[in-house]
Amino acid sequence: MQHIIGNISILWAAPILNVGLLLDGLMIGAIFALAAYGLALVWGVMNVKNLAQGDFIMMGGYVAWYLDQSGLHPLWGVPIAFLLLWGVGWVLYKAIVRKVITRDLFTSLLATFGIAIVIQQGLNLAFGPNTQSAQANLPSWSLAGGLITVTGTRLFGLVLAVLLSAAVVLFMKNTRMGQAIRATAQDPRAARVLGINTERVYTFTFCLNAAICGAAGALVAMVWNIQPFMGTTYSIRLFVIVTAAGFGNLPAVIAAGFGMGVFEQFGGFVFGAEFQQAIIVLLLLAVLTVRQIQQLSLRQALQ
Amino acid sequence: MKRNPHSIALAGLLVAGIAAPLLLPDYSNELALLWLMILFALTWDILGGQMGYNSLGNIFFFGVGMYISAIVQIGLFYDVGMYTSGARTTHITFTTFQYFSGLGLGLLAAGLGSALIAVAVGWALFGLRGPYFAIGTLGLAIAAAELVASWEWVGAASGISMPVFPGYPEAQKLFFYALLFAVSFALLLFLTWLYSTRFGLALNAIRDDEEKAEAMGLHTRRIKRTALVLAAFFLGIAGAIFGNMIGFIEPRDIAFPTTTFNIYMVLMVLLGGKGTLWGPVIGATVFHIIKEATWTYFLGWQYVTLGLLIVIIVVYFQQGIVGWILEKYPNWFAAKPVPDERDPYAKAAMQLAARPEGSP
Repeated sequence: MQHIIGNISILWAAPILNVGLLLDGLMIGAIFALAAYGLALVWGVMNVKNLAQGDFIMMGGYVAWYLDQSGLHPLWGVPIAFLLLWGVGWVLYKAIVRKVITRDLFTSLLATFGIAIVIQQGLNLAFGPNTQSAQANLPSWSLAGGLITVTGTRLFGLVLAVLLSAAVVLFMKNTRMGQAIRATAQDPRAARVLGINTERVYTFTFCLNAAICGAAGALVAMVWNIQPFMGTTYSIRLFVIVTAAGFGNLPAVIAAGFGMGVFEQFGGFVFGAEFQQAIIVLLLLAVLTVRQIQQLSLRQALQ
Repeated sequence: MKRNPHSIALAGLLVAGIAAPLLLPDYSNELALLWLMILFALTWDILGGQMGYNSLGNIFFFGVGMYISAIVQIGLFYDVGMYTSGARTTHITFTTFQYFSGLGLGLLAAGLGSALIAVAVGWALFGLRGPYFAIGTLGLAIAAAELVASWEWVGAASGISMPVFPGYPEAQKLFFYALLFAVSFALLLFLTWLYSTRFGLALNAIRDDEEKAEAMGLHTRRIKRTALVLAAFFLGIAGAIFGNMIGFIEPRDIAFPTTTFNIYMVLMVLLGGKGTLWGPVIGATVFHIIKEATWTYFLGWQYVTLGLLIVIIVVYFQQGIVGWILEKYPNWFAAKPVPDERDPYAKAAMQLAARPEGSP
């Protein structure tokens, strides 16, 4: 309790620290927003709640880390992880996810949970349980007399995440495939009647999501660090973001992603890093409870 | 009780449960675990199978019971904070009387404490439907593990060494086997009765259509909460017994193991058949045997195997063993329909059936 009050008073006494935390939060939140966008896409289009989302991110992270270890610059990890995870997504879709789309929601949740366990343990067997990070060696700048540090990797992550999100949003708006995806999300049956190959749409959506996660993971490996079992924390974060924003509302998902990053920076500073995971999970419970209270006032009639 | 296949199966299970540790004394720990698994599957099925609320966090009550009993057992005779901080430097012993009185009170407190917490949890979580409920319960279990892991008073992440059983290891094994067997069998009998009452029907009504059940005048919230409290009571006791059985408790892997026991519950029920009384028992037995057999051969790869097993069961074999038998041989279970004489349609149908072959 003592150190929590102490930390809050530090923030109060030195307002410039708030700016620093805010900047850090926004830069990290950009990566969350990117991956949450993918989750919302799969959720909205296929009605599959992908609990392996965080583990896709970790896979992307290990791609960047592996490139770093073998002498390539980890920034190459972003496009390479994008392509590799596209392939992983394709295999998983064809082997497993395709069979659970039409089933009830719990089936997809459990099946993706199984995928998550396999990925976690696979990464653990392949790379060991240690925490790793990829060194991008970009310059960093000190502002406000050294109280705020803007590292090049974080800034780069922000820029890349924004560019990638913009590309995905434009793709969804302007291409035939993007239109087909949106049509399938609205009504898969009507889309089929109108000649859209929904099977192809589903495949594409799941692969795109995995690829986005891969790119986000490569950024995570440079900005932060990666570990085989960290994926679950990311999955929970993304669920908090998407649940809070509502999966149909993509701008809100991106805003909530930034919000999550900022919240986590301040929470970590005030409560201490060891409570980080507990804070995220409690936030999930809080968001779910608020959602529930909202729904109580909107009781729907018998169908 | 009437003599029907069901009673015979119950009696057979009782005999097998008593005879098994005497015939196979080397495996009494595995057998005790098997009864724990059966209890897990049965409690999960109350909510997940009969009521249609798929929870991914039932392990929460298991861990809560484990910690409540540990605190009671130690707190009755020593200061808990001292005990957990000094457990590795000083050797604290419990007399036989202290051990058994503490264990008895601990089990009781674990059951009641978990049930009480379930009332609060049910109030907070039962407005959630479908996948939100599953994710919310999973979050609850993970949050509990993380909070306990940073709570110094109960030993934080390094856990608590439980009081040592006063007696020979063989006696200890048999004692905990008997406890787990008694609780699981009592649960099975209790559920046999429960599913035959109006309450059991109300659970199924909620599963089939919650809005309609509510419109028919069922107090769905109260029924859901009662079901959760029942599951939590038995899970709490099971947690307390298991904590004492293995002698050391710790938050992430033993009390709130979200990726092992927690997910086994769901798998065993799915494997055996959701929403049936015997499905969870059969599923738990088959799953435990498969698991123990493969674990020995896939050491290091066991969790990969587990994940693949989840995917295979969920994707390809969801109706479960009992569901599959029901589908394949419906005549084994369905009562033969007896036509009603007063019903004109049934009468016509009977006359039609009674006509000799070949007549117009």
